[in-house]
Amino acid sequence: MGQRHTRMKNAILAAIAAGLAAFAPLSVAAQVAPTTTPVEATAPAAEAAPATAAPADAAPAEAAGTYTPMAPTKGKGMPTSYEDGALKSMTFQDQYSENGKYAQWMHDGILMPVITAISLLVLGLLLYVVVRFNRIRNPVASRTTHNTAIEVIWTIVPVIILVVIAVPSITLLARQYETPPADAVTIKATGYQWYWGYTYPDHGEIEVISNMLDEGEAVRRGEPGQLAVDNRMVVPAGVPLRIQTTASDVIHAFAVPSLWFKMDAVPGRLNEKLLTIEEPGVYYGQCSELCGARHAYMPIAIEALPPAEFAAWVKAQGGSMPGEEAAAPAAAPAVDAAAAAAPAAAR
Amino acid sequence: MATTAEGFDAHHDQGHGHDAHDHADHKPGFFARWFMSTNHKDIGTMYLIFAIIAGIVGGAISGIMRVELAEPEIQYLQWWAQFMGGGNDLNTALHMWNVFITAHGLIMVFFMVMPAMIGGFGNWFVPLMIGAPDMAFPRMNNVSFWLTVAGFFSLLFSLFVPGGTGPGAGTGWTVYAPLSTSGSVGPAVDFAIFSLHLAGAGSILGATNFITTIFNMRAPGMTLHKMPLFVWSVLVTAFLLLLALPVLAAAITMLLTDRNFGTTFFNPAGGGDPVLYQHLFWFFGHPEVYIMILPGFGMISQIIATFSKKPVFGYLGMAYAMVAIGVVGFIVWAHHMYTVGLDVNTKMYFTAATMVIAVPTGVKIFSWIATMWGGSLSFKSPMVWSMGFIFLFTVGGVTGVVLANGGIDDNLHDTYYVVAHFHYVLSMGAVFSMFAGFYYWFPKMSGRMHSELLSHLHFWTFFIGVNVIFFPQHFLGMQGMPRRYPDYAEAFTFWHQVSTYGYYIMAGSMVFFFVNIAYALLAGKKAAANPWGEGATTLEWTLPSPPPYHQFETLPVITDAHDYHDHRPVTA
Repeated sequence: MGQRHTRMKNAILAAIAAGLAAFAPLSVAAQVAPTTTPVEATAPAAEAAPATAAPADAAPAEAAGTYTPMAPTKGKGMPTSYEDGALKSMTFQDQYSENGKYAQWMHDGILMPVITAISLLVLGLLLYVVVRFNRIRNPVASRTTHNTAIEVIWTIVPVIILVVIAVPSITLLARQYETPPADAVTIKATGYQWYWGYTYPDHGEIEVISNMLDEGEAVRRGEPGQLAVDNRMVVPAGVPLRIQTTASDVIHAFAVPSLWFKMDAVPGRLNEKLLTIEEPGVYYGQCSELCGARHAYMPIAIEALPPAEFAAWVKAQGGSMPGEEAAAPAAAPAVDAAAAAAPAAAR
Repeated sequence: MATTAEGFDAHHDQGHGHDAHDHADHKPGFFARWFMSTNHKDIGTMYLIFAIIAGIVGGAISGIMRVELAEPEIQYLQWWAQFMGGGNDLNTALHMWNVFITAHGLIMVFFMVMPAMIGGFGNWFVPLMIGAPDMAFPRMNNVSFWLTVAGFFSLLFSLFVPGGTGPGAGTGWTVYAPLSTSGSVGPAVDFAIFSLHLAGAGSILGATNFITTIFNMRAPGMTLHKMPLFVWSVLVTAFLLLLALPVLAAAITMLLTDRNFGTTFFNPAGGGDPVLYQHLFWFFGHPEVYIMILPGFGMISQIIATFSKKPVFGYLGMAYAMVAIGVVGFIVWAHHMYTVGLDVNTKMYFTAATMVIAVPTGVKIFSWIATMWGGSLSFKSPMVWSMGFIFLFTVGGVTGVVLANGGIDDNLHDTYYVVAHFHYVLSMGAVFSMFAGFYYWFPKMSGRMHSELLSHLHFWTFFIGVNVIFFPQHFLGMQGMPRRYPDYAEAFTFWHQVSTYGYYIMAGSMVFFFVNIAYALLAGKKAAANPWGEGATTLEWTLPSPPPYHQFETLPVITDAHDYHDHRPVTA
């Protein structure tokens, strides 16, 4: 009977340990959150825009009166085939956002080693018992059914491993949920069956309707089939973006793997998330929530441009930069474009 | 286990003299026996046959999908759309794809895994293992089965009626609103929903039956803490079913009224919210994945102990780990919804809670290995399937830990990584445990021995096949290949091709399975009461193979004085 009670006690202790594990990451969260908030607070560093830089940046933009879609770079912002790189085709796409890089580091540096080690440990133990405890080498089975020490160990050690994983995991979540600064560029992506619409509420209500290019046309333009679109979502690079998603009919999901970004577009809801793309480029993604027949045929293509070129693109679309008179976009003088590009360029 | 063949005495009750049950093997006529059955073994057999048929249909559909996915662009869907009575246009063909993924998911979950595990093995062996003559409510048991069959037919019927852009329900097994409401015009989705209602009702009845049976009909002396772990697993599963399925029933009923009667539970235009549906669905859906795997855990425990000739290591830990998994399984549902727009604290909570499940699961994995440690292992067919289960379930489990991290899931959500993850835990976890259980109990159920050679060939070819199918899908998912796509960017071609080759290997391996059954039934050796030797210590092995039509008319009394954990060394 005494032994029975110890067993029960152990079982209860194990349960309590599991319960504690549930709370450990939360306490970590409590510690992590404050350290990230200052970043958020200092982020809107909108003051002190070096106005001198602006005209220089704006000059090429002004020259490029017509916008030409950027040519994508192979292996950047798109999946890599096995033929183009066996190892590259077996892992994440290269990341072009800060959070994406952190997440990739967390996966490659922490999660992968841990899960590989656990899988190999289990495989190794299985192979060992096959060799060592088969009926020929070990004709008489032991009757051992308990070993408190080892049971405690294999309960506590996983808990510790999970706590170790939880620290970067909660940090990553806190970073992903940073509130976009007040001057972030807002783009609202609306999912339709079966295309995307992008509106720029702060840029004179530009609306871009983005449909998939058919395979032949995509190849002709030197873009990957299934991923290329007729009109891209053009954004400034290196500038905080406030991405909002919603949908007009059924749920869609706005996803770009190379930016570690995925957010559902839900009818009746407006989801919002901060995204900063580190460098100019074309980044492809695809709808990632089943939305009906042509679910596979509503890709996403983000073109990140230097801020000045973005401003030029806005002009070309008949829009205006924030702070600028939205009334007569076509006749807007170049000086205005330069002034508008300045805060963006400062980032 | 606690009770050994010698460990109980058949209790010869002097007063048990009435003659109603003199002929234990008196069987009713064919129609009464199979269509009005109240016998748990017959109903279990019907469940298993039903699950095998549903598995063939569901597996064939996955074959259609893998062949289509072998190359980019659409090759065969248009043909299938016309075959199913749809138009010749691309939208109908693409809709057909969504019908296939929906049917594959629903069939495999509701009409293959659940009927096989709970209806089949649960019905057959829970009464045998606890020393009961039958289930507590034999007539209701029959109702459960036929409701499940009716549900299957409702789902099949949905394939042939309009569902929006083509025939059939193309909503995915999750039936998310508003795709399943305003997004799918036509009766197909109604039939699919009704199919879930029927299967769900059958499962709820089954769950109440198991709970009552296990609580009230254990043989004298068999305390809860002496029950075989398979019975424990079915008990926990039954509670999960009882608590989760009504929520599903409510959610899909709301879908029906949104579709047909003008309510707006999930329609923002009327003040509803599509995300509410997802919360309700996954409050059911997450326990559902444990419903599919827990009975497998139980079977693996029995099998590992039997073929190690050792009692299960850490019996109480094993039992309460299942209870813990069941309880925690109810508070992690939103990890299926990380990208839906949860706030940061919610996401942190669900990340932490989800990772906690790894602890009791780890206890089980290590306890199985510890059971083998020091044992005298014989590698009969059930044992090799069980060992395959342990490794592959671990692989599927650790990718679950990756996905548990809400921040990491932002990239992997709804990609092939998720597909790979849940097929590792289900089509390798659950299915491997079902094959293990099948080979373990087939001699008991049929009275015939299957071929060990064919079973081993089946194991190795299946093992290779499913790994070739699903391991490359991790790569595809990490590269960004979304789920539920019939067509994809050229860069994904290579790993999709590899995956399709894996399907051919897996499909080929099933030939060994069916030939094996046919061989055993036609020419197999007669099975002894206990073909597996001294390690098989549960009550079903004390009965002849197959067991009599009515068993335990005189209840066995468990007189084993030893507590379950008090197995002293043999050499004293």
